[in-house]
Amino acid sequence: MSSMDITFPAFDLRFMAPEIFLFLWALFVFAYDVTSKRKSSTAAGYLAMLGLMIAGAILAYTNYGQGYGSMFLFEPAAKFFKIIFLGSAFMAIGSSFGITKERIINHRGEFFGLILLSTVGMMFLSSSNELLSLYIGLELTTIPLFVLASFFKDNKLSVEAGIKYFIVGAFSSALLVYGMSFLYGLSGTTDLVQMKINIAMTHLTFKEIGVILVLANVLIIAGLGFKLSLPPFHQWAPDVYEGSPTPIAAFLSVGSKAAGLIAFAKIFVNGLYAFNGPEMAPNDWGILVGILACAAMILGNTVAIRQTNIKRMLAYSSIAQVGYIMIGMVTMNDLGIASVGFYIFAYMFANMGAFAIVAIFEERTGSCEIQSYAGLSHTSPVLATTFAVFLLSLAGIPPLAGFFAKFFVFASAIKMAQADATAGWLYWIVGVGLLTAVFSLYYYANIIKVMFFSKEASPYRVHYTFPSFGIVLIGIAGVIIFGLYPEPILKFASDISLSFGFLP
Amino acid sequence: MADYLYLIPLFPLIGFLINGLLLGKLSRSMVNLVACASVAASFVVSLLLFFDLKSLPPDSRVIEQVLFTWIPSGTLHVNFGFLLDPLSAVMILVVTGVGFLIHVYSTGYMKHDPGFGRYFAYLNLFTFSMLTLVLANNYLLMFVGWEGVGLCSYLLIGFWFEKKSASDAGKKAFIVNRIGDFGFLIGMFLIFWHVGSLDFRVVMEQAPIVFIAGSGLVTAICLLLFVGATGKSAQIPLYVWLPDAMEGPTPVSALIHAATMVTAGVYMIARTNILYMMAPDALMVVAIIGAATALFAATIGLAQNDIKRVLAYSTVSQLGYMFLACGVASFTAGIFHLMTHAFFKALLFLGAGSVIHAMSEQQDMRYMGGLKKYLPITYITFLLATLAISGIPGFSGFFSKDEILWKSFSSANGHPILWAIGFVTAGLTAFYMFRLVYMTFHGKERMDDETRKHIHESPYSMTVPLMVLGVLSVIGGWIGIPHIFGATNYFEHWLEPVMAAGKHFAPVHTAAAESGGASTEWMLMILTVVFVLAAIFIAYLFYNKRTELATAWRQRLTGVHNLLLNKYYVDEIYGAIIVRPVINLSLFLWKVVDVVFIDGFINGFATMYDGSSEFMSKMQTGRVRSYATLFVIGVVILIAYMVME
Repeated sequence: MSSMDITFPAFDLRFMAPEIFLFLWALFVFAYDVTSKRKSSTAAGYLAMLGLMIAGAILAYTNYGQGYGSMFLFEPAAKFFKIIFLGSAFMAIGSSFGITKERIINHRGEFFGLILLSTVGMMFLSSSNELLSLYIGLELTTIPLFVLASFFKDNKLSVEAGIKYFIVGAFSSALLVYGMSFLYGLSGTTDLVQMKINIAMTHLTFKEIGVILVLANVLIIAGLGFKLSLPPFHQWAPDVYEGSPTPIAAFLSVGSKAAGLIAFAKIFVNGLYAFNGPEMAPNDWGILVGILACAAMILGNTVAIRQTNIKRMLAYSSIAQVGYIMIGMVTMNDLGIASVGFYIFAYMFANMGAFAIVAIFEERTGSCEIQSYAGLSHTSPVLATTFAVFLLSLAGIPPLAGFFAKFFVFASAIKMAQADATAGWLYWIVGVGLLTAVFSLYYYANIIKVMFFSKEASPYRVHYTFPSFGIVLIGIAGVIIFGLYPEPILKFASDISLSFGFLP
Repeated sequence: MADYLYLIPLFPLIGFLINGLLLGKLSRSMVNLVACASVAASFVVSLLLFFDLKSLPPDSRVIEQVLFTWIPSGTLHVNFGFLLDPLSAVMILVVTGVGFLIHVYSTGYMKHDPGFGRYFAYLNLFTFSMLTLVLANNYLLMFVGWEGVGLCSYLLIGFWFEKKSASDAGKKAFIVNRIGDFGFLIGMFLIFWHVGSLDFRVVMEQAPIVFIAGSGLVTAICLLLFVGATGKSAQIPLYVWLPDAMEGPTPVSALIHAATMVTAGVYMIARTNILYMMAPDALMVVAIIGAATALFAATIGLAQNDIKRVLAYSTVSQLGYMFLACGVASFTAGIFHLMTHAFFKALLFLGAGSVIHAMSEQQDMRYMGGLKKYLPITYITFLLATLAISGIPGFSGFFSKDEILWKSFSSANGHPILWAIGFVTAGLTAFYMFRLVYMTFHGKERMDDETRKHIHESPYSMTVPLMVLGVLSVIGGWIGIPHIFGATNYFEHWLEPVMAAGKHFAPVHTAAAESGGASTEWMLMILTVVFVLAAIFIAYLFYNKRTELATAWRQRLTGVHNLLLNKYYVDEIYGAIIVRPVINLSLFLWKVVDVVFIDGFINGFATMYDGSSEFMSKMQTGRVRSYATLFVIGVVILIAYMVME
C-alpha cells in the first residue's frame, strides 16, 4: 500500500483561493504595520486596497465547484456576493484615508487589516453550505467589526458604539446558535441540503414538529435580523453607525448586510424552502419576514425624517432599504432572488458613495449634522451634486440604478402574486413599499434642499482628496451606468437564482 | 433621390438649431443667411423630388421613407417615416416655396427689430414643423407637426410679448387650438382602436374593410377629425383666434396665418379623403360649416377698418371655401384653392406689411389713402392679388374658386344652396377687397404730415418677393383650367391617384349634373363674373367716386354696421357663456377644492407622519438593556404569532 491511496483534501483549497489569499494578505498588512514605522504613511491602506483587487482577480479566475464534501460551495451566488464584499471593503478603505489620518496615529494598519479579515469572514460565509461553517463565517465577519466600531479609542461615542454592537451582537449570536441547534436536533445534520430532506422526513414521521420548527425559525430570524437590522432587532444600528468611524458605518450598512442576506438566503431559501408551501407547511416564515420587511420600511422611512445627524439618518435609511430587499427574498422565485442581487449591487454604489461623501465632509468640518451641509452647493458644487445623485438613487429616482433595484423587487413580487393565488399578501407588501418609497423622498430630498436651496453659502470648502473622491466617482459611475444599462448585472444576478434551485 | 426625403424637414431644423443655439452670437446677416438658405435648400430638394415623383407612372407615385421605429409598444407600432405622394408634393412646394419668399421678405421687414435672431429661429422651427406635418406617413407624426406649428404660431403671435394684446392673442390661439386638438386626438384614438394602425397607407387600405360606409363610427371619426380642423383652420365655431393672431409680425401672418399652417386642416381632410367619402353625413357637415364660415367671415370683413383684420377675415372666409370644396367631395378643388390662396393671400399680407412699414406701423385704413403714387410696386402687386382673390377671369383665384362653385352646384354631395352661399360670398369678397384697395391706395391722403414725410417704397428684399408672388397669383391657376375651356386640368390629374380610392364611395352622379353640364357651367360662371364686377363697381362708387354714399348707407344701416364692426359680438358671447363659467369653476377648484381639501389632506398627512416619526424615535433610548429587551420581546411576539397561525 502506498501513500497514493490517501485523498489529499488540500486539492479542494483551490476553490477558496481568494479567501486564503486575502487572509494571508491581511496578516501581511498587520505585519507591515508592525515592522514599518507605523506613523509613516497611508501605505497600509493602499496595500489593503491592492490586496482586495488581487483577491478580486483571483476570484475571477476561480472555477465553480465544491470542496470538503459539500461544505464549501463556490457557485454564482457566492461569486456575486463575494464581489459585493470585496467592492464594499474596497470602497470603505478608499474613503477612510482622510478620516484616519488625524485620528488613528499608531496602528492604522490594524484598521485596514481588520476590514480585510472581516471581508474574509463574509466570503467564507457566502460559500459555506452547512450550519457550522456558516456560523463561523458569521462570527469571523462580526468580531473584527466590534473592534473597528470602537476604533477611535479616545472618542466616547465610538467606544460606546463598539460596546453596544458587541453586547447586542453577542446576544443575537446566542439566539442564532440556539436556533441552529434546534434545526440540528430536528434533522440530525448540519448540511443545508440534507437538512431539508431530513426535516421533511421528521415532519412526515412525527407530524408534531411545528412548534420546534417555529422556535428554530424565529430564533434564526432574530439572529440574522440583527445583522440585517430588521425591526425589532434594529435598534443598535443608529447608535453604532453614529459612533463608529464613518467608513466602518458604511461597511456595516453594505458588506455586513450583504453577509446577513446571503446567510438568510442559504438557511431559509435553500434550507427551509420546502416548508413555505401550504401543503407541507408547519409554518410559514415568508409572511413573517414579509411583516418584518414592512416594519423595516415603515419604521426606517418614518424615523429617518426626524434625524438631525446624517449618519443616523443614513442608518434609518439603510434599515428601510433592507425592507425593500427582503421583499425580493420572500418572493421566492427566480426573479425575486435576482432582484435581491441587483438591489444590493445598486445599493452598494449609492450607499458607499453617500458615506464616502459624509466621510470627506466630516474630515473637513468634523461635523455630521445635516444643518452643517447648508449651502454646500455654493462652495463645493461637485460634492453637493454627487451627493444629490446618491440620495436620489437611494430614493429610487430613474434613471439611476436605485430605481431599477426597486422596480425589479416590486415587479418580481407582483409577478409572483399574480402567478400564485396563495401569495396575495405580496400585493400588500408592495403597496407598503411603494407608499414608503414616496415618504422616503422627503428626507432624501431634504438634504438636497439644505445643500442647494440655502441662501447663504456654506463656510466650508471641501478638498477633494484623492482616494476618497475616487471612491465617490466609482459610486457615481456605478449608479449612473447600471441605471442606464442594468442588463449585465441583472443577468449575472439571475444566475444566483440557479444556486437556489430556481430555474429562470 | 428618394432617400433624401428626410432632408426636406432636416434643413430648416438645422437652421433652427443654429439660430436658436447661437442666439445673440451671430450677426444679423449671418442669421438671415442661415434662415433663408435652409429653406431654400429644402425648396430645391422638394423640386428635385417633385420631378422624381412626376417621372413615375401615375399609379405608383408614392415615395415612402421610414427612418426608424418610433414607438414599439405592444400593439401600438409607429414608424418615424415620411411619405411623398402627389398631395404632399403640392404641400411641400407651397410650404418651402412661399416660405422661402416670406423668409426673404422678413429679412427686410425685421431689419430694425432687435429680436431678429429669435424671430428667424422660430420661423425655421415653424417650417420644420409644417414640413413634418405634411410629410408624415402616419397620424401620430402628423400630430407632432400639428402641435409643432401650433407652438410656433403661439410663439410668433406673441413675438412682441411686451405688448399685452400680443401675448393675450398668442394664448387665445393656443387655447382655442387645444380644443380642436382634443377632437383630433380622439379621432386618432378611434382610428387606432379599430384599424390597429396609424399609418396612412394602412388606414386607407383597411378602411373599406374595417368600416361600414355611412356607419356612425366612421362619421364620428370624421367629425372628430374635423373638430381638429376647425381649430387649426379657423372655422366656425373655433375661428375666433385667427383675427387676433394679427398681433404677430406681418410676415408671420402671411406665412402661418394665411399660406400654410391654417390650411393644415384642409390638407388633413384631403389626406383622409377615403374616410370622408365613406361618411356622407360628415361631408355634409363639413360643407355647411365651410359655406357658413365663408359667408359669415366675409360679412365681418365688410366693416373692418384695420387692414390686417380685413385680410384675416378674408382668410377665414377663403378657408371656408376650401372646406366647402372638401365637403362636396371635391378635395382636389380644395387643395387647388389652397395653393392659389397661398400665393395671393401671402402676397396680400406681404403687401399690407409693406404698407404698414411705409406708414410707420399705422394699420387703420381710415388714416391711409392715395398711397398709389408712393408705393408703386406694392400697389401693382397688391392689385394683382386683389384681382386674383376676387376671381377675375384669367387670374389664379378665378380658376380655383370657379371650380369650387361649380362642384358645390354639380357634385352629388353638393346643393344649389351651397352654391348660392358661395356665390354671394364671391361678391362680398370682391367688394371688401376693393374697398380695401380704394381706401388704402386711392383717394384723399388722410394721414398726418409727419407720417407722410416718412412714406417710402420698401427695399428690394421686400418688393422682389412681392413681384414673384404677383406673377404666381396670375399664372398659378393655369394648371387647373376647367374642361369647358377645352384645356386639360393638370392639377386634377396630378392628384387623381390620391383620391382614387375614395371615388368608389362617391354616390352615382345625378343626371342633371352629367348631361347639360357644360351649358350650365358656362351660365353659372358668367353669372358669377358679372356679380363680382358689379360688386367691384359698387366698391368703386362707395369708396372712390362718391364717398358720401358710403357714409349715407352706413348711417342708414347703423345697426347692421355696428353688428359687423363688432364681429357679431361672438367674442363677447364666448366670454359670457364659456370663459366666465370656466374661470369661476377654476376659482372654486383652486380656493375650495385645492386649498381646503387637497392641501389640507396633504398637510394633515404630513403632520401625522411627522408625529409618528417623533413617537417612534422615542423608542430609541440609547440604552443597551432596552435594546436587548426589545430583542427578546420581538422574539416572543414572533413565536406567538407563528404558533397562533
